[in-house]
Amino acid sequence: MPTELLLGGVLVAALVLYALFGGADFGGGVWDLLASGPRQARQRELIARALGPVWEVNHVWLILAVVILFSAFPRAFAALSVSLHVPLTLLLLGIVFRGTAFTFRTYDARADRVQRRWGLVFSGASVLSPALLGLCVGAMAGGELGAGERGLFSGWLSPFALAVGVFALCLFAFLAAVYLTAETNEPALQEDFRRRALGAGVAVFVAALGVLVLARGGAPRVWVGLTTSSYALALHGATAVVAVLAFSLLLTRRFAWARVAAAAQVGLIVAGWAASQYPYLVVPDLTLQSAAASPVSQRVLLMALAVGAALIFPSLLLLFRVFRAPPRTS
Amino acid sequence: MHVMDLLYARAQMGLSLAFHILFAAAGIALPLLMVLSDLKARWTRDPDYTALSVKLAKGTAILFAVGAVSGTVLSFELGLLWPGFMGTWGEVIGLPFALEGTAFFTEAVFLGIYLYGRDRISPGLHLFSGVMVALSGAASAFFVTLVNTFMNDPVGFTLTAGGPVDVDPVAAMFSPGWVHQTSHTLLACYQASAFAMVGIHALVLLRHPGLAFHRKALSVALPLACLSALVQPLVGHQSAEHVARAQPVKLAAAEGLFQTQRGAPLSVGGLPDVETGTMRYALELPRGLSLLAFSDPNAEVKGLDAFPRDEWPPVTKVHLAFQVMVGAGSAMALLALVTLVLRWRRGAWPEGRRMLGAWLVCGPLGAVAMEAGWLVTEWGRQPWILRGVMRTADAVTPVGSLAVPFWTFTLVYLFLGVMVVFLLVRQVAGTVPHARAPHEVAHAH
Repeated sequence: MPTELLLGGVLVAALVLYALFGGADFGGGVWDLLASGPRQARQRELIARALGPVWEVNHVWLILAVVILFSAFPRAFAALSVSLHVPLTLLLLGIVFRGTAFTFRTYDARADRVQRRWGLVFSGASVLSPALLGLCVGAMAGGELGAGERGLFSGWLSPFALAVGVFALCLFAFLAAVYLTAETNEPALQEDFRRRALGAGVAVFVAALGVLVLARGGAPRVWVGLTTSSYALALHGATAVVAVLAFSLLLTRRFAWARVAAAAQVGLIVAGWAASQYPYLVVPDLTLQSAAASPVSQRVLLMALAVGAALIFPSLLLLFRVFRAPPRTS
Repeated sequence: MHVMDLLYARAQMGLSLAFHILFAAAGIALPLLMVLSDLKARWTRDPDYTALSVKLAKGTAILFAVGAVSGTVLSFELGLLWPGFMGTWGEVIGLPFALEGTAFFTEAVFLGIYLYGRDRISPGLHLFSGVMVALSGAASAFFVTLVNTFMNDPVGFTLTAGGPVDVDPVAAMFSPGWVHQTSHTLLACYQASAFAMVGIHALVLLRHPGLAFHRKALSVALPLACLSALVQPLVGHQSAEHVARAQPVKLAAAEGLFQTQRGAPLSVGGLPDVETGTMRYALELPRGLSLLAFSDPNAEVKGLDAFPRDEWPPVTKVHLAFQVMVGAGSAMALLALVTLVLRWRRGAWPEGRRMLGAWLVCGPLGAVAMEAGWLVTEWGRQPWILRGVMRTADAVTPVGSLAVPFWTFTLVYLFLGVMVVFLLVRQVAGTVPHARAPHEVAHAH
């Protein structure tokens, strides 16, 4: 397999993992904002407990994706950084405030009012960031980015890109709600998040329809890929199957399995986007091949990533095992 | 491309790095101090050391989180501000970035285990996680400093009109001078953090003399502070010797040496006058520079006149930053020496008011020296982003209105800085008995 295809695969894998873990963390922030009812405080507690040990780790998948992009496809990184300057800067602000507000809230547990203010910053940034992330993805696929010399706001503020932003927000909220049903043994809390997951699932479906309708005009190449490439079609078909599965598992309260199905759904959506867009990195200017680094750089990078994976995945397994286990002393 | 936009881009990158460096340094050194106090808790069975380790872990959590997000900002800013650089050179220098990402990932994983796992995992595994945090923190600083070494001394490619060919990423990663620059940077991280920690505990002890917890904290931080402060001048000297050969214009600017000469003097302090090409108000040690840079009092040292005017770094800034770094480093080395002599003669770490006062005053110097040293290397490389290959002006983004992100991030970082100080003060305040003078505490027992 050509190295640029392998690296493209690693890039997509990093983005899938970011969506599965970092995306769910953003979704957690959304539910922190929307916490309501008699168990409002308990909901927020559950979200904070689930996020605490892992949010920094989950966040690193994005850094890894950026590093792979600029090492393996430097021209695409440069082109995207120029044309998406405004939304990426806003996304950064969202990321900064999400992380710091969450940490400040955790380590500043004195006055309720101050804590609540940090909570608002945290959850507000959690809504803004995934929407901007989706917007950037939509703009990449849209094919209007050009050289970025036509103005700061052109190319990425299309209805299609906005629809992808809304879709990403709904998707991450859905994912987080499904995860949270399996994070607690308290039936009432499980029901709270089950209802939220079902509602968000409907929103995901509506937003997906919107994206699909707008894709025809807003992202013509992706539309062609979407409707003619057999890989893409297979991926989208599989997505539809697991989406229905996740929904029915939620309805029948099999939360552990619903979590797996929802994760598979999100992973397939990201992979399906990549497949529809293939071979373009930035539609229609740069392909995987035309943006790629020299073959030597690619091979060395792949080796470094293999070494990194050998270190990271066992550590990650340890982290997740530690926080699956009940506390030794209480 | 507006001229001001280049300045705003440089200011934003500089601000982001200056901010990030402080938190990154803490993320590298505090885990080591945290593990050291864990080890001391094991040896002495003294719960105060465990409490200290818990406090340090909380501090690390706050500082690491800010470091993680400001680091994310930087990885994007590479493209948002310098797409011309990253688009061409990303593939040459991506390797250390990828390895740094891996190291950072490992650090985040084990920090999560360490912070939240104290009562979930065995003490051995907990200590192991702490060690992994300290090691991977050091590794990520090592790798990211290699990127800067490359920018100072680009190798590992053949330059053509169409960009770099025959790229060798491994050679680019280990460009000449990597040993000096990485060891100088890593030591600076430990030194800055250890001095800050000593300064904080000295302050508490000055106001509340005799608090055992804070004396024990000093006994954990002082060895690292003294050791790093004494080794750093030697490493810095070797680094300067390398710069003298590899980047003579940077040395000339740092020393304010305008004329190439044999037996060049060492200027201490002083203000370079770029218009007339002279140094004012400097204390000149005859032949000092030749001796220090080339180990030969009569060696020829290249002055700024050996280089075209448009390749001069901003001389005054580089010289002043260099003086600040060397001055702060010397003060810290002297204090470390005095402290170690007292420790040796009395058999205990000194805690007299005068020594505590000195440590309080020198507490911020590690961070000051680190920032100043980083400014020397960055300003000293100008006008190049990649020395001799690409000018900073050719790397900047064509996107206009860069004043907006600059002021936005300035305000954000200012706000975050204030918040972090506020939170850390609270962490320290939690260890001080409230509204009770020390003798009253003694009465209560």
